[in-house]
Amino acid sequence: MTGGGFLARNIAGFTQALESVLVTENLCRISGFMQSLDPRVKAVTLLIFIIFVGLAQDFPVLIAIFILALVLVLLSKIPVAFFLKRLFIFIPVFTAVIAIPAIFITPGTPLVIIAGQAVITAQGARTAGLLIMRVVDSLSLGLLLIFTTPWTKFLVALRWLRLPSLIVDVLGMTYRYIFLLLHTTNSMFLARQSRTIGGFSGAENRRWLGRALATTMVKSQYLSEEVYLAMLSRGYQGEIRTLNELSLRSRDFIWMAFTLVAVSLMFWSIYR
Amino acid sequence: MSSMDSTFIYIAKNLNYDYPGGISALRQICFKIGAGELVALVGANGSGKSTLLKLLDGLLFPTAGELQAFGMKLSESVLETGNRAAEFRRRVGFVFQDPDVQLFSPTVWDEVTFGPLQLGISKDEVISRANEALALLNIGSLRERPPYLLSGGEKKKVSLACVLSLRPQVLLLDEPTTGLDPWSQGNLIDFLLQWADKDKVLVFSTQDLDVVEEIATRVIVMGAGHDIVADGKPEEFLSDSDFLLRNNLVHEHSHRHKELVHRHPHLHEHRHEH
Repeated sequence: MTGGGFLARNIAGFTQALESVLVTENLCRISGFMQSLDPRVKAVTLLIFIIFVGLAQDFPVLIAIFILALVLVLLSKIPVAFFLKRLFIFIPVFTAVIAIPAIFITPGTPLVIIAGQAVITAQGARTAGLLIMRVVDSLSLGLLLIFTTPWTKFLVALRWLRLPSLIVDVLGMTYRYIFLLLHTTNSMFLARQSRTIGGFSGAENRRWLGRALATTMVKSQYLSEEVYLAMLSRGYQGEIRTLNELSLRSRDFIWMAFTLVAVSLMFWSIYR
Repeated sequence: MSSMDSTFIYIAKNLNYDYPGGISALRQICFKIGAGELVALVGANGSGKSTLLKLLDGLLFPTAGELQAFGMKLSESVLETGNRAAEFRRRVGFVFQDPDVQLFSPTVWDEVTFGPLQLGISKDEVISRANEALALLNIGSLRERPPYLLSGGEKKKVSLACVLSLRPQVLLLDEPTTGLDPWSQGNLIDFLLQWADKDKVLVFSTQDLDVVEEIATRVIVMGAGHDIVADGKPEEFLSDSDFLLRNNLVHEHSHRHKELVHRHPHLHEHRHEH
């Protein structure tokens, strides 16, 4: 591992992380269908779909939900290629860890025998297919929520869903300061790169990384103490009070009604 | 409370502050600050200006001596009590030197509404104050932006706006012009001079003697011994080059004047006629 490569990769990684967040923030600002929904309605209805996906045993139903997710992507003006790329980053990992073993370990009618030993059963293939489709659907719905809901509005939705305020506040501040610490760490890497000619050994890089991590931790601790003082200074007394400025509009009610009808119909088609 | 002197907003009597480990930050600080005063705290790095501002905001408490604000002794126990703490926080606003410390909320709007909301002010009033603060600093367009997408100057303005939404009587600013371009510095000076009136108090720390001259009606000079070495009107000190050099408020270095390069103090001077 050379010093330049190690540093360049880390700097590129930090930059990519920041760019990725900026892209997501921009998608949330587009005036599309999902972006226009109340975040509470969006979170609850997508959660209903995700729970339903977990229960569904039917390929047509799971495929229908995936098609619905793609339609929502289009209506929300999210580039489909970008969406699919994000979606299918996770699928190979999931397939390797969960779905492939299921093909072999599920008992049933042999479908294919590999090298006279490993048996792929029809039931195993169906189970693996269902697992993959469930993950594809759940991830699609989750990504839809992430790409169309600004983080701040998502936190409001979590508060409304009665998640303890301490957890919501910590989540909000973590998101806020992770960028600052990311910038600080990126600057440390850039500062080192600017004084580096040639390369360093792996051991030297690891030592430097350890010191950089320790420095970042000390900085973050100092920052947290100062932030606490800044909160006290403006009246913080142990619980953050916020304005709830959300209000439901007609399109929220229409979407809720659609969700209930769609899920009921799919239930009916499965269990009739 | 009634036995205290309430003529002044702040009274410091032999204030000392030591950081954990016995590191001295302030030594024998005495002053009185009344309504209508615009006070500049000047001094070299590490002389204790920021620590003194934190004491004035009730974030730190003296390790010896006494600090009174609005006729009451400032102590941890006083600021733990709901009503008195809320009343003090409502009247005093502190803008930290590093805006990243101060901007902890997800968006500018959340930030500007944070203070009034914590103090139990009604929702309509909070919205009205927040809009007013954003308009005062001409940053209404930043309302929905997250702090990490703001420039340095914008962060400083938002930091000030989120304190102004408290409508404080006392404004404490730690190095308010540091990192601002000349245009933003000018805007800030204009704003502070408009904000000031006979009932309000401004205490700000700075290294910039031009800003002192533009804003302050009084200067407190902190020395290397973490004590006050001078306290008076700006004109009493700003033209005394020996005093300024001795207290690290100006520096001597090489200057180029066309062909001639020579050393002399970098003196503060006013370059226009009235």
